[in-house]
Amino acid sequence: MTESAYNFAYLDEQTKRMIRRAILKGLAIPGYQVPFASREMPMPYGWGTGGVQVSAAVLTPEDRFKVIDQGADDTTNAVSIRTFFERTAQVATTTKTAQASVIQTRHRIPEEKLSEGQILVYQVPIPEPLRFLEPRESETRKMHALEEYGLMHVKLYEDISRHGHIATSYAYPVKVEGRYVMDPSPIPKFDNPKLGDMAAIQLFGAGREQRIYALPPYTDVVSLDFEDHPFEASKADHPCALCGAEHSYLDEVITDDAGGRMFVCSDTDFCEARQAAGHTGKDAA
Amino acid sequence: MYVAVKGGERAIESAHAWLAEERRGDTSVAELSIAQIREQLSLAVNRVMAEGSLYDPDLAALAIKQARGDLIEAIFLIRAYRTTLPRFGASNPVDTGAMACDRRISATFKDLPGGQVLGPTFDYTHRLLDFTLAANGEVPEAPTRSAAPADVPHVTEFLNQEGLIEEAPLDDTTPPDLTREPLEMPAERALRLQALTRADEGFTLGMAYSTQRGYGRNHAFVGELRIGAVPVEMEIPELGFAVEIGEVTLTECETVNQFKGSKTEPPQFTRGYGLVFGQTERKAISMALVDRALRWEELGEDNEGAPAQDAEFVLYHADNIQATGFLEHIKLPHYVDFQSELELVRKLRREAGADQMQEAAE
Repeated sequence: MTESAYNFAYLDEQTKRMIRRAILKGLAIPGYQVPFASREMPMPYGWGTGGVQVSAAVLTPEDRFKVIDQGADDTTNAVSIRTFFERTAQVATTTKTAQASVIQTRHRIPEEKLSEGQILVYQVPIPEPLRFLEPRESETRKMHALEEYGLMHVKLYEDISRHGHIATSYAYPVKVEGRYVMDPSPIPKFDNPKLGDMAAIQLFGAGREQRIYALPPYTDVVSLDFEDHPFEASKADHPCALCGAEHSYLDEVITDDAGGRMFVCSDTDFCEARQAAGHTGKDAA
Repeated sequence: MYVAVKGGERAIESAHAWLAEERRGDTSVAELSIAQIREQLSLAVNRVMAEGSLYDPDLAALAIKQARGDLIEAIFLIRAYRTTLPRFGASNPVDTGAMACDRRISATFKDLPGGQVLGPTFDYTHRLLDFTLAANGEVPEAPTRSAAPADVPHVTEFLNQEGLIEEAPLDDTTPPDLTREPLEMPAERALRLQALTRADEGFTLGMAYSTQRGYGRNHAFVGELRIGAVPVEMEIPELGFAVEIGEVTLTECETVNQFKGSKTEPPQFTRGYGLVFGQTERKAISMALVDRALRWEELGEDNEGAPAQDAEFVLYHADNIQATGFLEHIKLPHYVDFQSELELVRKLRREAGADQMQEAAE
C-alpha cells in the first residue's frame, strides 16, 4: 500500500463527515441505531469494519490508539487493525489502557476504569438486539419506535422457565436511559455493569449492517432482568493464575492433553501491569 | 509453564510472505500477465467488474491475479479500491437501443427486425474437453461479415405497440445509490436493480431458479438478450453539452412474463429486467427473473411467501462481499464469548445433575 495515496485515516473527508454526523446523532439519542452509508473497507466485513470506520472518523493526529480483540493487544486481528492505522494515520499506538485516547475493542471492555476524554469504539456484528427474535429489519425498527420490547422479556422468561437462568452469557441486552433496548456487542455479560455511568464516550460501529449507535458519558444502562431473577455478572470462579486477580474476566487455557487447564486474565494489559506491580498468581514464572 | 500467546505480528508477516509465494506457484512456469488474464479469462474479468461495480478490465485482471483466481476475493479487492475513488459526476443514462450488438437473441419471436445474432456463445458447443487446447491454443480466424448499420430495436417495443405488455413509464428522478446511502426497506425498484446487478451470481442464479421451480413462479420468456458495447456520454458543465467519454460492454435481458391481470390491471405481459457489466449472460437472465419476482406487490399479485418475493431476504443476502466477510469472521477468535458459554453450560449441567441425584434419592 502506498500510504501517501490515501487520506488521513484512509477514509476521505466527506465520508468521515457523514460518519461523524451519524455518531453525533447516536450520541444525541443514546442506544438508537443510526443507519449510515458504510463503506467497503480494505478488510472484510466481520473483521471490524464498523469499528474501523468509527475510529477513522474520530481519530486526530494527536491521538494515541489502542486496539484489543478478546481483551488482548496481540491477537492477530488487533495487530492488523493497529497496523492499519499506524500506516494510514501515523497515529501513536499503545497497549496501555490509561494512556490511550481512543480504544477500539472487540468482545471486551478493559478492566481498568476508563476516564473522561477517552473514547471506546466497539466492533459490532449484529447491532439489532431483537434480530434473533424477529429477522425482519422493517419489523424490528417498528418495535423500537413503539418501544415494544415484550418479545425480549418473553424470551428471557422462557429461558428461566426452561433452564432456571437467563441463558444468555454474552451480547446480553441492555436498556439505555429507560428507552432503547441495545445490543452491547458480544462482550461477556461480566462486562455489562461497566457500560453504565462510564466516564468515557462509547461508540458502536456495525459496518456490514450499516449502523452506528452510542452511549454518551455517564449514561444510565441497565441489563434486562426480573425482580426475582436479578442480572448477575458471571466469570470463571478462579483467580488469575498469572497475576492473582480475583475480579477480572478470565480465559480458560488448555495446558496439556490430560485435562490440565489454567485461568488467566483476558485483558493482557491489566494482567501485565499487575504482574509488573508484583502481584503473582499460582502459575506465575 | 504457560506463556501468553505472543507474536501475532510476526505470524501475520510470515503468512503474507507464504501467500505471495503460493500465489506465484512454481517459478519454472511462466508468470501470468495482466493482459493474458484480461484477454483469455475475459468472462472471469467480466464477473469481477460486474460484482465489483467498477468497469476496468485491467484492474479486474490484476485483482484476479492477486486473488489467485478466487473471484469473490478479486471482487472484494475491486470494491475496496472503488470506494476510495473520487466522484466527478454521473453519466447520462446509456441507450442500449444504440448498442453495437455482438449477440442479440429473442426466444419469443422466430425472426424480428435486427435479426437473431448468436455471437460468441457456448450455447451449442458440445461440452467435450478440447485436448488440442492443452497443446496449442491457436485458432483459425472466425469468418466475418459487416455489421448491420442500423440501431437494433428492443423486442418489448413490438409488444408495446399492441398494448400487450405493461408500460414502462419514463422516470427522470435520480435513482438512489446504495453505495452512498444505507440500504433501507422498503426498497424501490431502481434500488433493487442496483443491488441485483452487483449481487453474487450464484445467489442470484439460485433465487431465479427457485422461481422457475414454483417458489414465486412468474413464467418468464427471454424476450430479448443482447450483449454489446454502448457509448457512455457525460454532460460537462463547462461545455454545456454531452461528450462521449468511452464505451462499456453490457448484457441486457428483458423477460416477458405471464400476468393474468389483477383488480386494477387487465391481463397483459409484464417485464423483468437485467442489466450487467460485461458479457455476463447467466447473471443478467437471473437478475431479470428475480426482479420480476420482487415486483409482486406493485402488480397486485399474491405473496406466496417465496424467498425470491421477499425483498428483505434477497437484498440483505445477495452481496457476496458482505456474506463472505460475515461467514468467514467466525474463524476469528471468539474465546471470550465461548468462555462465558462454557461457564453457563457447566452451571446448567451442574444443576441438572443435582436435580437428577435428588430425584434418584427420593
